[in-house]
Amino acid sequence: MLLLLLILVPLVTGLLSFTLKGSVVKGWTLFSTLVTLVLAILVCCPDYATSFQRTWIPSLGAQFSLSASGMGAVLTLLTAVVFPLIFISQWKKPLTEDPRFFGLMLLAQTGLMGVFLANDLLLFYFFWELALVPVYFLCSMWGGPKRIPVTFKFFVYTFLGSLLMLAGLIYLYLQTPARSFDWQTIAQTGAALPELAQQLLFCCFFIAFGIKMPIFPFHTWQPDTYEQSATPVTIVLSAVMVKMGLFATAKWILPVFPAGVAFWDTAVMSLGVIGIIYASLLAMVQSDLKRLIAYSSIAHVGLMITGLFAQTDIATNGVIIQMFNHGINITGMWLIVSMIEQRYQTRNLRELGGMAGQAPVMAVALVIIAFANIALPLTNGFIGEFMLFHGIFQSAHPYHITYMVVAGLGIILGAIYTLNMVQKVAYGESRKGLLVADVNRGELIGLVVIIALILLLGVYPGVLMGVFA
Amino acid sequence: MKDLVYLVPLFPLIGFILNGLFWKSMPRKVSGILASGAVLASFAVSLLLFFEVKSNPEAGGVVHLFDFIRAGDLHVPFAFQVDALSCLFLLIITGVGFLIHVYSTGYMHDDAGYTKYFAFLNLFVFSMLLLVLGANYVIMFIGWEGVGLASYLLIGFWYKRRDFTNAGKKAFIMNRIGDLGFLVGMFLTMYHFGTAGYAELFPQLAGGTQVATGTMNAIAICFFIGAMGKSAQIPLYTWLPDAMAGPTPVSALIHAATMVTAGIYMIARSSVLYNLAPAAQTLIAIIGLATLLLAASIALKQNDIKKVLAYSTVSQLGYMFLALGVGAYTGAVFHVMTHAFFKALLFLGAGSVIHAMGGEQDLRKMGGLGKYMRITQVTFLLACLAIAGIPGFSGFFSKDEILAAAFAKNPIYYYLALGGALMTAFYMFRLYFFTFTGQFRGTSEQQDHLHESPASMTFPLIVLAILSVIGGYVGLPPVMSEHHLLAEYLAPVVSNFNVHHLSHSTEWLLMACSVSLIVLMIIWAYVYCRKGTFKEDNGLARVLANKWYVDELYQAVVVKPMKGLALVLDKYAERKGIDGLVNGAGRLVSWGSGRLRLLQNGQVGTYIFGMVIGVVLLLIVGLILVG
Amino acid sequence: MPIQNYLFLSLMLFTIGVMGVLMRRNAIIVFMSIELMLNAVNLLMVAFSKMFGTADAQIFVFFIMVVAAAEVAVGLAIIVMVYRKIHSVDINILNRLKN
Repeated sequence: MLLLLLILVPLVTGLLSFTLKGSVVKGWTLFSTLVTLVLAILVCCPDYATSFQRTWIPSLGAQFSLSASGMGAVLTLLTAVVFPLIFISQWKKPLTEDPRFFGLMLLAQTGLMGVFLANDLLLFYFFWELALVPVYFLCSMWGGPKRIPVTFKFFVYTFLGSLLMLAGLIYLYLQTPARSFDWQTIAQTGAALPELAQQLLFCCFFIAFGIKMPIFPFHTWQPDTYEQSATPVTIVLSAVMVKMGLFATAKWILPVFPAGVAFWDTAVMSLGVIGIIYASLLAMVQSDLKRLIAYSSIAHVGLMITGLFAQTDIATNGVIIQMFNHGINITGMWLIVSMIEQRYQTRNLRELGGMAGQAPVMAVALVIIAFANIALPLTNGFIGEFMLFHGIFQSAHPYHITYMVVAGLGIILGAIYTLNMVQKVAYGESRKGLLVADVNRGELIGLVVIIALILLLGVYPGVLMGVFA
Repeated sequence: MKDLVYLVPLFPLIGFILNGLFWKSMPRKVSGILASGAVLASFAVSLLLFFEVKSNPEAGGVVHLFDFIRAGDLHVPFAFQVDALSCLFLLIITGVGFLIHVYSTGYMHDDAGYTKYFAFLNLFVFSMLLLVLGANYVIMFIGWEGVGLASYLLIGFWYKRRDFTNAGKKAFIMNRIGDLGFLVGMFLTMYHFGTAGYAELFPQLAGGTQVATGTMNAIAICFFIGAMGKSAQIPLYTWLPDAMAGPTPVSALIHAATMVTAGIYMIARSSVLYNLAPAAQTLIAIIGLATLLLAASIALKQNDIKKVLAYSTVSQLGYMFLALGVGAYTGAVFHVMTHAFFKALLFLGAGSVIHAMGGEQDLRKMGGLGKYMRITQVTFLLACLAIAGIPGFSGFFSKDEILAAAFAKNPIYYYLALGGALMTAFYMFRLYFFTFTGQFRGTSEQQDHLHESPASMTFPLIVLAILSVIGGYVGLPPVMSEHHLLAEYLAPVVSNFNVHHLSHSTEWLLMACSVSLIVLMIIWAYVYCRKGTFKEDNGLARVLANKWYVDELYQAVVVKPMKGLALVLDKYAERKGIDGLVNGAGRLVSWGSGRLRLLQNGQVGTYIFGMVIGVVLLLIVGLILVG
Repeated sequence: MPIQNYLFLSLMLFTIGVMGVLMRRNAIIVFMSIELMLNAVNLLMVAFSKMFGTADAQIFVFFIMVVAAAEVAVGLAIIVMVYRKIHSVDINILNRLKN
């Protein structure tokens, strides 16, 4: 029941918020997301972990079945944490007061929750697509001047993947003995398929998920979309939506097509580490703050993919932790970017500078989040990366050491572009005649929560590990 | 008693948090006192621990605080190691750290970022203590990167200057390169031995190991790469001279006395492991030698007072690695200790000079400062004597121990290291004579401003000067005393496994030989500086003044190609290549449909014609099928 | 009279209609050609109806005539409206739907 509420609360409040007028809607959505947060925390407490099941489409054998298993629970929590942070830090100077914005955001949350909770392949597919729809509108209605073609590209790209997945899904469904989409049945059916079928189905599903993550070389929609979409939407995309791909891979590919994974893992892991190096190099030469962070995000995702396919306990735990941590850190990063954008009216690194003198709180937050982003010990980023590296190293894959070392080069490159960014934004002389206000109360709350999470999870990661252990 | 060890890093942490959170409202005085007091408290606790461990080595051990990471078969406790080695380092860090905190209250007095400065300084001490106290490599790594962060923040402390922040960035990135080595070493260790904790790892190794020597060498070299970064060895040393951009007390604490010796600490800590990796040991010795010679030669021609000291630090670190490479771990730790005293003193003395000169660091604008600042001059001189290795001063004993060990291992090591020692004596006294003797060469305004520093700054100078003089008596060479106090103290932790001992006569001979040559060098330096001219350098001198063009080389070989590659990737692979393909697919569809659309030309006639053709075709097909 | 004659006449009328629709550009003539095609079908239906002696086909013919009449009414009205707008009933000009 609790799980159903996680989906219903944002859905109902989201639909209602379309009808609201004026600034009430801000409070309404914040309230709604806080309720969801409480629910998600309850779900993560071991005592409440439940599953929910009703018949959905009897003629197809589809169930409305939800369950919060380890990774799903963590990502549900992440989704529930990120949304109130967005709203609270945008409290004073919201992007827009248009109720449609808030409604769509809540609907996006609904879709995301559904993806992380669904235990039925058809239901999963349903939510997977459902999450895309509000995001499409969010991206195309607010943002930079080139947002329409960019959103179009994003939509077509992801949709292309989805269609492949749909084809694979139908094939897989037809193979099930009792015509069911249930996770367990699907996993058993998939694993029993002949090798070739598994290899092909792996492709169908993985392309869909890989585009969403995004894995090199399917990533080119991402920098454009991040650059053009409004920052709150970017947060939803990068903090939560890209995790959909990783989560889906972990839940709907790794256990389902073992032979396919065995066949493709070298390719995927290689793409992962290539992506780390490639994206890090590109991040070094970006002058737009948002593009830089977009590439940094691709690099981080590359490491998570590699860890996922290392298929060791520690790497998998590392992926879970890192997904959560990356979501928190990147949210903090985008919040700061949006503050910078509001104050300086530019995101160009060449025009920025001197923030440490004008807005010290922002600068301190930027430094902390930046160092969390490059996995400094005692920040949350370190725990995830450490476990990932360790897990990749322990993997039974013949090239495990090479992967670890090459991926390790990413931490050097990561330091280069992140510190460059910090230097160009925070240090140096400030531009003359530009008055920059430091953080307001809403933004401060957002940043403090994020920094507190960064440090808490960095010093005592046991808190998070308790959720899925 | 050992359970109280958590207090040692806790005090600076509290200092950091309070100074960091209340940086706006905290009064200056309180901030400085808070920070220094925190370190003093740590020092007091360290002292207690030290005596406890000294009197009874059994009193040490592992103090488990909480589980840091626990997942699957990975178990990393947040635990501290209390033993002779860590207690010695605790004393050095908190002791010298406290003096430098006191000094800073005077030195940074007029700076706008006073509170911030002390917050960072406390953060540094905290991280350094973690590094030293960690009971496994992971906790050590936390401190390892933490000191890197503090160093980054303090080098770029005056964040408005772009070259300063560049230097901070460079330091962090070069350290990161080393850190990757450290990480790989750590993962290799965990892969082969299933643990990163000293208490579990070293007993496994002590009785020999099944793991191949090649693997042991790989582990040892990986860790050493980490040490190269942190302790500024070839090829990762270039960040340290640039790091002098930070405030001078920071240079004294971080970039001379403590942080840069982390690599030595780590290898001394892992002595059991290194004894099983002979190739890695040889590599360490060679790198150490090369570094000490290279850095000493560069220091000969530097005119920035802090740059000379920086290269001198790199060079002295080279000595310590040489000692580690020949297996004289105690010698290395000994030199860490004496070096901490006299190099901190040199930097603080230089800071005092810079303070008096109003920020001027160029030797060519100084001269004759001894008249104005007697305490600084005397203490600086004592430090110079110590670093040059004049008998009776601390540097003599530690350096002599290293040289003797090097001779025992391989006489060539000895001769080269002696060459480095001679250069050391020359450049240190060149620095001393140019600064404190002769005529003042600066502007008259500067001359009017010259004054001795306040008591808060001279007090640490005096204390460090005393330590620089007497600090060596804990490690008398075998020819002078039966008891090497330091070696006896460290014996339970550090295994000096393959140090050969020399006969007494050889040792006396070596000592006499090096001392007489060093004295000659000092005299030469005196004569050289009497002339007191700075002429245009040419030939080799110019190469030295330009630091062997190593920075330029790195720029040309690493930085530029990488940036070029990134630009090319961005322009061609990304935009034209991958994105071009993606957009190309889209364009292909839209082009194709554009072609197809032309069929719909809007002429009703065409449509009807098409329809009729279609009907006729259907008819024919139908007829064929029926027929 | 053998049924073939009716068939040939009907075929001729229908073909004339088709050609008229294809060839002529005047909307009214095109319209007339369509009527011709319809009537060719009508003729065929009546002929077969007579041949088989059933009345169903003739009922269809009435339907077709009614629908055709309605079509003429609407169609001619459209043509008149078009003529008022662009002073022409040339169907090649009527390609405004393009783009």
